Amino acid sequence: MDYNTLSENIKYISDVNTKKCMRCGKCTATCPNFKEMDIHPHQFVYFIETGRLDRLLKSQSAYKCLTCFACVERCPRQVEPAKLIEAVRLTLVRKQGENYLKPDDVPCTLDEEMPQQAIVSAFRKYTK
Amino acid sequence: MQRIGVFICWCGSNIAATVDVKKVAEAALNEPGVVFSADYQYMCSQSGQQLMKDAIKEKGLTGIVVCSCSPRMHETTFRKAAESCGINPYMVEIANIREHCSWIHKDIKEATEKAIILMRTAVAKVNLDNSLTAGTSDVVKRALVIGGGIAGIQSALDIAEAGYEVDIVEKAPTIGGKMAQLDKTFPTLDCAACILTPKMVEAASNEKIKIYSFSEVESVKGFVGNFTAKIKKKARFVDENLCTGCGLCTEKCPSRKTPNEFNRGMNTRSAVYIPFAQAVPKLAIIDPTACLHFKTGKCGLCERNCSAKAIKFDQQDEYIEQKYGAIVVATGFDTIKLDNFGEYGYNENPDVITSLELERLMNAAGPTGGVLLRPSDKQHPKKIVFVQCVGSRGLRPCDKPYCSKICCMYTAKHSMLIREKYPDTEVTVFYIDVRTPGKNFDEFYRRAVEQYGVNYIKGQVGKVVENDGKLTVYGSDLLMNEQVVIDADLVVLATAIEPDKTAKSVATMLTASIDTNNFFTEAHPKLRPVESPTAGVFLSGVCQGPKDIPETVAQASAAAVKVVGLLSKDKLTCNPCVAHSDEMLCNGCSSCEKVCPYGAITYINKEVNDHGKREVRRLASVNEAVCQGCGACTVACPSGAMDLKGFTNKQIMAEVDAICK
Repeated sequence: MDYNTLSENIKYISDVNTKKCMRCGKCTATCPNFKEMDIHPHQFVYFIETGRLDRLLKSQSAYKCLTCFACVERCPRQVEPAKLIEAVRLTLVRKQGENYLKPDDVPCTLDEEMPQQAIVSAFRKYTK
Repeated sequence: MQRIGVFICWCGSNIAATVDVKKVAEAALNEPGVVFSADYQYMCSQSGQQLMKDAIKEKGLTGIVVCSCSPRMHETTFRKAAESCGINPYMVEIANIREHCSWIHKDIKEATEKAIILMRTAVAKVNLDNSLTAGTSDVVKRALVIGGGIAGIQSALDIAEAGYEVDIVEKAPTIGGKMAQLDKTFPTLDCAACILTPKMVEAASNEKIKIYSFSEVESVKGFVGNFTAKIKKKARFVDENLCTGCGLCTEKCPSRKTPNEFNRGMNTRSAVYIPFAQAVPKLAIIDPTACLHFKTGKCGLCERNCSAKAIKFDQQDEYIEQKYGAIVVATGFDTIKLDNFGEYGYNENPDVITSLELERLMNAAGPTGGVLLRPSDKQHPKKIVFVQCVGSRGLRPCDKPYCSKICCMYTAKHSMLIREKYPDTEVTVFYIDVRTPGKNFDEFYRRAVEQYGVNYIKGQVGKVVENDGKLTVYGSDLLMNEQVVIDADLVVLATAIEPDKTAKSVATMLTASIDTNNFFTEAHPKLRPVESPTAGVFLSGVCQGPKDIPETVAQASAAAVKVVGLLSKDKLTCNPCVAHSDEMLCNGCSSCEKVCPYGAITYINKEVNDHGKREVRRLASVNEAVCQGCGACTVACPSGAMDLKGFTNKQIMAEVDAICK
């Protein structure tokens, strides 16, 4: 799939209208996981808007998003960047073999205090 | 039988590109009464009008249909052209095939079909048109200005200057409005009070101007040239004629804990108070919700200490009725509530303030005497962060979708003034766009950056977090693609402005329209920007849309000119399309009287001859000078006696029939 079609697809599954963005950067300003990401929420919106996906698809940033929805809550233009990032993640993992989390990796990442539900939801989020 | 001419305008390509005008012209000839039809590139042009005039003479036309733009644009043009050839102007009907057809459709076939239907409808109406003659009504040579801020003051001064009486009704205890609360004004940095108070004093001393302070307009009846307003003078519990404004009562008052409205609640005032030193009128006022006398029946210190004997605890609200020829709305604005902006912590942190609060903090008459001290610990803030577009340009329910227009400039002003007065203070401004269209505006903003070293960062602030009394601001720097974290001593929010909360009720009272943001709507956004669509109601200042002081003053003067133009007329031409009651059908039920918003209908006892039977009946009678032709009575009338001239029930039915044909 070429980048333009892919961008359209990401917008379609997320139901996000990137044109509503006024490029204020409030999403990035409010992001609690900013430091972990090399591509930031406002860039997700801009890259998808302009169809420039090469850097986006190579980056691990989609998986670093905590889905805390702070950006969705605070975006003055109701662009909902987190939903867009979720769609990028889905686009990536829907490709065979691109799973971010593999079952074999689970034991060493396990934390006793981590609820079972979190592991299940992580699987749902990071695998096909 | 009428001899009707139908004229179809191309409006250049506005109509002709979407509507097949030749086809409409051909179809017109099949309609009853139509003896002539023509299409022309611009019917409104001199030659277009000449085409119509020639046809009237040659074909002996008695009625005209022009298929063109909205009647709001050129109805008068065509009526005048017809009148010059001896046709009654009310025998001319417009079929709006531009706004109602060509502009909103794409398909030529469908649009042409619709244009033909609209033409046919107008022809059906002209067939039943009668010649109408407009009457005249008197003009009351007095204007009412609602709101006593800079907009209302300027409009009143200009109307008075032209020699007409004008009353200002201000709901607050003093005139002056928001401008009185400002410290300095951009882009010249002159002090707001220094330029406003002379105007306030001028308004108070002008013998043509009467100021009703602490008063509200309760109701408005009537119509252009002849409004009757009921003004409620709220009890201030102080005799206006006796109080000298000495302020002794305010010093003696033991109840001193009420938030001071003038200082945006940043300090407190006494229960009996004078809003500020230059208040006009400079009179004390008692706030009964804070006064111990009203709460406990005791105290009365003010009364005992007032040498002028001006304190009147038993004062009641007073009502005044006054007639006006024109009304100026100048209800102004307020900053929006920030309750739903949890990310900035305005409600939780005293050191997160609005720009209007900062104005008071920097003003010599403010709570800190003009020394910039942060509210929490009264210390000099060393690091100040300004956040632009708070609540403006957003789509969430708590946001306003529009740009508040004044924030970019006042933030540049604030940051500049702070850097000037306290050079050791670090000032950062987070901006999305800096919008400075205005004379000397961009130069002003650049001065803040280049001369005063204000740090402008392109990006919005995401959150302001408080930890042990310290504020941390998280913003983004889009040019660096970084998240910026700043420990700030003071955060100033450039809060969006919205129309004053009374705007909606004032609009309802005046039957003037407002938009979805409660700003008053203009009669035309470009060509009639200071008039409301309601005749005789004019707009001044921010009530119409966000604007700064120079624009407000310009609009206020423009509104005043419109008022003066109206008041200078001795008679106004009435709308001849007024209601008329058929005596034979009226059953005297009063339904019409009840729905008439203008009080135009009265009942009379009259002898009628009903098929040879003479009897006295109670009948509706319409005062044609008062009737505005709204048609409410024709709908309410159960017996079909009420009819509107120019829009008779028969005509409307004929139009519906023509559409359904």
